[in-house]
Amino acid sequence: MNKLASNFLGISSPNPFWLASAPPTDKEYNVRRAFEAGWGGVVWKTLGAEGPPIVNVNGPRYGAIWGADRRLLGLNNIELITDRDLYTNLEEITRVKADYPDRALIVSLMVPCEEEAWKTILPLVEQTGADGIELNFGCPHGMAERGMGSAVGQVPEYIEMVTRWCKEAYSKPVIVKLTPNITDVRYPARAAKSGGADAVSLINTINSIVSVDLDAFAPVPTIDGKGSHGGYCGPAVKPIAMHMVADIARDPETADMPISAIGGVTTWRDAAEFIALGAGNVQVCTAAMTYGFKVVQEMISGLTDWMDSKGYDSLADFQGQATPKVCDWKDLNLNYVSKAVIDQDKCIQCGRCYIACEDTSHQAIDMSDERIFTVKDDECVACNLCVNVCPVEGCITMKQIAPGQVDERTGKTVVAEHGDWTTHPNNPANIAAE
Amino acid sequence: MNNQLLKAGVACGRLDLTELADNFSDLHPPLDDHQALVAADRCYFCHDAPCMTACPTDIDIPLFIRQISTGTPLAAAKTILSQNILGGMCARVCPTETLCEQACVRNTAEGDPVEIGLLQRFATDHMMDQPHPFSRAAATGKRVAVIGAGPAGLSCAHRLAMHGHDVTLFDGRDKAGGLNEFGIAAYKSVDDFAHREVEWLLQIGGISVKTGQRLGEGLSLEGLRADYDAVFLSIGLGGVNALSRDGGEWPGVTNAVDFIAELRQASDMSQVAIGRDVVVIGGGMTAIDAAVQSKLLGALNVTLVYRRGRERMNASPFEQDLAASKGVQIITNAAPLGVQKSGDQWQVEFEFSDDDLNPTGERFSLPADQIFSAIGQKLNSSELPELDGGKILVGEAGRTRTPGVWAGGDCASGGEDLTVTAVAEGRIAAEDINAQLAG
Repeated sequence: MNKLASNFLGISSPNPFWLASAPPTDKEYNVRRAFEAGWGGVVWKTLGAEGPPIVNVNGPRYGAIWGADRRLLGLNNIELITDRDLYTNLEEITRVKADYPDRALIVSLMVPCEEEAWKTILPLVEQTGADGIELNFGCPHGMAERGMGSAVGQVPEYIEMVTRWCKEAYSKPVIVKLTPNITDVRYPARAAKSGGADAVSLINTINSIVSVDLDAFAPVPTIDGKGSHGGYCGPAVKPIAMHMVADIARDPETADMPISAIGGVTTWRDAAEFIALGAGNVQVCTAAMTYGFKVVQEMISGLTDWMDSKGYDSLADFQGQATPKVCDWKDLNLNYVSKAVIDQDKCIQCGRCYIACEDTSHQAIDMSDERIFTVKDDECVACNLCVNVCPVEGCITMKQIAPGQVDERTGKTVVAEHGDWTTHPNNPANIAAE
Repeated sequence: MNNQLLKAGVACGRLDLTELADNFSDLHPPLDDHQALVAADRCYFCHDAPCMTACPTDIDIPLFIRQISTGTPLAAAKTILSQNILGGMCARVCPTETLCEQACVRNTAEGDPVEIGLLQRFATDHMMDQPHPFSRAAATGKRVAVIGAGPAGLSCAHRLAMHGHDVTLFDGRDKAGGLNEFGIAAYKSVDDFAHREVEWLLQIGGISVKTGQRLGEGLSLEGLRADYDAVFLSIGLGGVNALSRDGGEWPGVTNAVDFIAELRQASDMSQVAIGRDVVVIGGGMTAIDAAVQSKLLGALNVTLVYRRGRERMNASPFEQDLAASKGVQIITNAAPLGVQKSGDQWQVEFEFSDDDLNPTGERFSLPADQIFSAIGQKLNSSELPELDGGKILVGEAGRTRTPGVWAGGDCASGGEDLTVTAVAEGRIAAEDINAQLAG
């Protein structure tokens, strides 16, 4: 049995890994390669209205930031929607879907914010046999200047309006792709739901200038001496995407709306995290653009093995398990006490925990003449900075101080009862504990 | 097999020019830009880094590696050179595997240290064709004599010049550099690097080099003390220990030090003669350098014989492995008894001994066309400050027992006989001399 079998909005795919609408899904050649490599689904790169094709810049389209060993962490792009003829795309979509009936094939769309424009293109898409559409309300560069993409996604009323037009003129599932370039993602998500959307997908890319060329004094990518902001994606944006996914998943108004999660999914673990936060599947782009389509094989094996280890038989077994654990700060248990513990067998004595704590935190790590680093429990506030700067995974961990024991920092005995800010005596607005 | 290799006796040109060029090319080729960035990315920027503690010159290694990784190799070079003005040579000859790289936490983590030595070379190589990065303080009018233009003397002279003093740098040979120029295996300092480094160092100004002048031969310590405000002795160990117990010469034996110097000064390796059968006696770096280079010149059989066990050899495990990989046979726990002529060759007789050097009575002999002795060097001068164990006794900051006289490098007591140690001692003494002259 295929544990990864995915059913999203009634659209089945052999796994929950879809390629997002982006350069890798711009044409038949790439999409066939993706399906051969094992991807469960593809969202075809955004189609625009019939007419003269979109033009792209003829200089560089991408910029990046890197981590150690030039590992790509964040990618920025200024490529627009497909610059190929509409009918060429539609013919290719039809052929590919016919050849890969078991894979999900979604068509991303972006046309002017007029009912006529949408109702003209939707029948053409319907004829391709594709499984659904995704409304591109997210791209933040170029098209947004023309009143499309994120310009629509930033106005909940437009989202609702266009979604409704699409639901009226198209028989299959409609997914609304959201932009993160807003203040509170719950508003556009609610608008999509009000318009009848079957699902939302998020996040699209984030407004960004990825770097400045210090010789040209211009943003990168630089086109003849100038650069415009682009859309930021890749591993660096995953935390922002996860927050937005969780916000929609736990919003009472949208909690039952399926989510296709996008944003920095690079490994099976990223996918599992998004699904645990409530996503029904994930869409991937930058990982494929960095390493090629083969990365899906690691995602498939990794997620399968992890599900085996947990005893899960289907994605539904863990989907949304983490959603109820996401809460507001005020609900965190202030009576929970932990301390950092350094495993001396794993410690390589680099001293980064020490200097981070000494210079920038609570002076809670002792360094001996022999470079033995130990936590001072009477100073440690359990901030976790040492854990995060330690180069050895699992060397520093946080251990809970059990109820009944004394927190050496405060001198107080740890209590078992939950106690959060809402009932804290220092809170002027505290409510009496029940 | 090439017939030249089998040819008996001592002969030139055992290998063709291509093979020789390959054999004497850089032992550790320099990192290119990409390799340097990859290597630099591995540094954890440790706090109070163990590599710094392990460096005799206290170079701020995490800082210079971070400077490389952020695209500023010249800043990295300046970080290195401000602590170790011969950072370029040290990057080539330091036994990093027993110093900074041994201490690297990546060793603890994954048994594979950051390539600190190669990164140091990357940074300092960038500096060699740049304007000299240090400048002199206002002239003090003080004059200092530095005797011996090896690593300790060069380091001391440069730091004194920086402080505004006028330095006269004497050396007994015909050019400056000391062991950097005459005493290091050729494959560790290719492209005349030692000479180029000295030329670069002297760009600071205020250093007058006088070659061909040796203490006891034209120079007297008393005269120098009278003529200069301070004297720094960095005369190295000019003498070599004799093989025989009575100090007499054995026939057929050449000093390995001289052989190495000949190689370093040779412009054409095919003109350096080498025996088919070579025996090297000793267990230090000089012995290894002589043995390896004999092999690289085309000697068929090179045997290095050391009287104690391997673990007592002064040559590092890396150097021992290098010798073995080049085909040098290493025999330990065998002491030389004497040399006999046998036909056209020498026969060197040895006797095995235990770890306490007690003879076992078991003897063997090795045929040799050439015999190199490398059993240590010794001070070779009279009229020196008080000695201790055959070296000039120094206290804090290289002060000798003679007022106004400092000493550092191999000729001074304490510290390992390493280039990097000599550089550190030269710099530290210069700072002390400067403080004293200012006071």
